[in-house]
Amino acid sequence: MTSILRTYLARLLPQLIALAAILIAISMTFPGFLNLEIQNGRLYGSLIDILNRGAPVVLLAIGMTVVIATKGIDLSVGAVMAICGAVAASFITSGHSLLETLFVTIAVGILCGVWNGILVAVLDIQPIIATLVLMVAGRGIAQLVTEGAILTFNDPGLIFIGSGSFAGLPMPVVVWLVFGILVALLVRQSALGMLIEAIGVNRQASTLSGVLTPVLLIAAYMLSGLSAAIAGIIAAADIRGADANNAGLWLELDAILAVVVGGTSLLGGRFSIAASVLGAIIIQAINTGILLSGFPPEFNLIIKAAIIVFILVLQSPRFRTAFAFLAVPRRAAKTTEQEAK
Amino acid sequence: MKQKYLPLTATILIFVLSYALCAAQYPNILSTRVIGNLLTDNAFLGIAAVGMTFVILSGGIDLSVGSIIAFTGVFLAVVLEHTSMHPLVAFALVLAITTLFGALMGVIIHYLEMPAFIVTLAGMFLARGMAFVLSIDSIPIKHPFYATLKGLYYKLPGGGRITLIGGLMLLVFAVGILIAHRTRFGTNVYALGGGTATAKLMGVPVASTTVKIYAFSGLLAGLSGIVFSLYTSAGYSLAAVGVELDAITAVVIGGTLLTGGSGFVAGTLVGLFIQGLIQTYITFDGSLSSWWTKILIGALLFAFILLQKGIIHLSRDARQRA
Repeated sequence: MTSILRTYLARLLPQLIALAAILIAISMTFPGFLNLEIQNGRLYGSLIDILNRGAPVVLLAIGMTVVIATKGIDLSVGAVMAICGAVAASFITSGHSLLETLFVTIAVGILCGVWNGILVAVLDIQPIIATLVLMVAGRGIAQLVTEGAILTFNDPGLIFIGSGSFAGLPMPVVVWLVFGILVALLVRQSALGMLIEAIGVNRQASTLSGVLTPVLLIAAYMLSGLSAAIAGIIAAADIRGADANNAGLWLELDAILAVVVGGTSLLGGRFSIAASVLGAIIIQAINTGILLSGFPPEFNLIIKAAIIVFILVLQSPRFRTAFAFLAVPRRAAKTTEQEAK
Repeated sequence: MKQKYLPLTATILIFVLSYALCAAQYPNILSTRVIGNLLTDNAFLGIAAVGMTFVILSGGIDLSVGSIIAFTGVFLAVVLEHTSMHPLVAFALVLAITTLFGALMGVIIHYLEMPAFIVTLAGMFLARGMAFVLSIDSIPIKHPFYATLKGLYYKLPGGGRITLIGGLMLLVFAVGILIAHRTRFGTNVYALGGGTATAKLMGVPVASTTVKIYAFSGLLAGLSGIVFSLYTSAGYSLAAVGVELDAITAVVIGGTLLTGGSGFVAGTLVGLFIQGLIQTYITFDGSLSSWWTKILIGALLFAFILLQKGIIHLSRDARQRA
């Protein structure tokens, strides 16, 4: 058990160090940054704020991780968020109950995922292109649902999901924690995770060895659609309205970035949901740090670009082989040491 | 008919049919004024789409186009406001910057062996960020030279005008077609799109071709930014968001295979016209909302991807039978 825990920690170590470094850097300049306090039975503080604000990207990153592990990509999540937010707002304002609204919204999100999945798995279209269709058309569909206006609502139940709290934590944080743990358990306690990795490494070989590739691929995109639906509900509940133009705009790129920061390769294969969640929180921590430090928020983009380039260099096969000579002698030295003993 | 002409023929057929349908309902759509405006309004998108065609023909993708357009606009506005530099010098300077920027992305894509998607995503963030750093306001460009350039046009019979930027776009398309089909670089691009390994074995200089492709796309994105700043007479760092998607869509509707290696620059022009026609029709109609543009374009995109899939499937069958 401890060895499993240790390999798990070793996998997450770079992300944890990066997050700690960012938090320490911010708290050195802003001493009150790490303070947490309880008011009205709810935790308050910048740290909680990071977890709360990061909720949509964390949720999208969970679905995106599984899709990227199959060597795919889902560009439509931002548009699906907009569609789902619009559906939720129009259902709740037309007098349906909260349960019905949530059910229909999540069903719509999953349906979007099925569409993407069928394009990728059955029609065998490249994932970037297949999901581009919904990315282009999605916002139009969302505007069709809201009829071009920003639909506002004041149903207390739906608003609670965006700004309520449970067990001292803001509701969005509870939602992504529960969702993340459920998905991680689902893929890691069963063989699903391994099968998904197999598809990402070599789709043809896994099909030949009896993996139900089309079913699993569709399921991966369905999961991505589901996480986009939940993120869409939270984003709409947060502003108490559905904005078809701006809800989830460019969040697909943030979600992909979170997965990349989490160390999952865009070339498919091994993935870690916990690392992607950490990646999303790292991005949000940088956002918050820049806002606090008084720099214009525009600097965010440059920092994001720098992070991508840094990680690209680290992940690059060429870079790894170039610096392999650094790693080999160390390992060799260790074995000679052991032999000496 | 050769199979490689099938997507292009389908694109042209769809364009002619939809134009005829629009003309049957609104005869005015045939007037040279509408055609002139179609050229002017889509000039910046068209120029960027030519660069995108080359990138996609080589099997890559360039997401940085829209951001580079915004950066170019802001750069020009800031430079013209704060220095006495002549616009032509500023144009040359900004084109050099964007070309270098594109070349740098090409270098990273080739030498670090990373997917073009994520590298140009970083480029997209960086270019937009640099635009923000230069200025977050929308800056008007009041230089008299701009007014002169905007006043240049060729008058068509019937009152339509081919403006400088509309004409420039057609020129860029003509040059693009020449480069794609009449130069060694063009052949190399097609070879690269067929597969990097095969291209290397055939003796294609993969490294220099990759760098040149992205440099060319950067150059055209810069030119598109200049055209955009002429079109709007301003530089704004939030401008031209999502233009890369419109450009990719024009390329795909124009019949270029997204896997690379097959397609035509001329097809992109027709793809651009189809997009422009949808918008013009919606303006003429007046009662349809603008979001139908997105849905229709998405549907067209889907139809073309299916068509391409069908063609690949058929050609594979034919090859197996042979």
